[in-house]
Amino acid sequence: MRKAYILITIAISLTAAIFIQENGLADQQGYAVGDVAKEFTLKNVDGKMVSLEDYAQEEGVILVFTCNTCPYAKLYESRIKALDMQYKSQGFPVVAIQPNDPELSPGDSFEEMQNRYKDKAMTYPYLWDETQEITRTYGATRTPHVYLLENTGDNFKVAYIGAIDDNHKDANAVNKSYVEDAITSIKAKRTVDPNFTKAIGCTIKWSE
Amino acid sequence: MKFFGICLGLLLSVNLIAQPIEVIKYPDLAKLIESDKDKVAVFNFWATWCRPCIKEIPYFEQAQQDYASKGVQVYLVSFDFVEELDTKVKNFVSKKGLKSSIKLLDETDYNAFIDKIDPSWSGAIPATLIVDNINNEKHFFEQEFEKGELDTIINDILN
Repeated sequence: MRKAYILITIAISLTAAIFIQENGLADQQGYAVGDVAKEFTLKNVDGKMVSLEDYAQEEGVILVFTCNTCPYAKLYESRIKALDMQYKSQGFPVVAIQPNDPELSPGDSFEEMQNRYKDKAMTYPYLWDETQEITRTYGATRTPHVYLLENTGDNFKVAYIGAIDDNHKDANAVNKSYVEDAITSIKAKRTVDPNFTKAIGCTIKWSE
Repeated sequence: MKFFGICLGLLLSVNLIAQPIEVIKYPDLAKLIESDKDKVAVFNFWATWCRPCIKEIPYFEQAQQDYASKGVQVYLVSFDFVEELDTKVKNFVSKKGLKSSIKLLDETDYNAFIDKIDPSWSGAIPATLIVDNINNEKHFFEQEFEKGELDTIINDILN
């Protein structure tokens, strides 16, 4: 009888634990605009470590969660590079983070990242979030997913979250260049508007 | 007479294989979501390039078969590019013999409508909206379904 009671208690607490964990995941929102961005140190395709604090002298960072394999990420690849070429000299360089677990998405392995970096002659670091901790902390859910960070002097603050622009298919048909507009607003000390947009993208392949 | 029979048979089988894929815009989708002609309308957002989407499609197909007689309609709303309708989507649909209603949403300004489908949607796919016209509720899931999950939800609504 006592044994049964203990078993039931264990079963109930296990169920509760699973329930809490699942809800915890579902409720996980990550960063909102205005939040302080967490420091990170991740491995670049050249094997060297890159940290957010390496950019302490910049006005901000265009942080893009992107990958090799997602069709949307590929459509935006050349636009991400164009952003870096245009804004690096203006104090807003691009830093790309690959969030997918290569076990689930072999095309996103570190080696494939290195190949892609060479093939596309990327001008910005392409980092691997091996533990997916930074991706989770920031709250990225899809690729590509942009977090525009503004250097306040003491830390980096999230100034814009969302899409690069409003037309994934055709860069020439874009009406709103969200990231560029946000940088222009920051530089002019105007409110970033919109500071949050949504877009269709590929789900991040979370480790199981 | 036999000839007509064969013709009819051919027509039917062609119909079964090549089910029409309607290219729609957001307002068309909104109308479908708001419509109450089905007791339960399941909108699954997918694309041929989305691996987790492809994995869960059999569950939606099964639900279409199992619950159609109970007033459930499954819509598979593709985010493939309209330019690839023939090369990718039609191929996939006929290869898999999909029986659900297939739509291709031809839109670019995603930010303009994602929130209208559901505010909790970040934009990642797979995602599924279940419109329950019995209790007048909507349920949204930004996730890949596992076997059995969809049945549980539909049964909960129907019972």
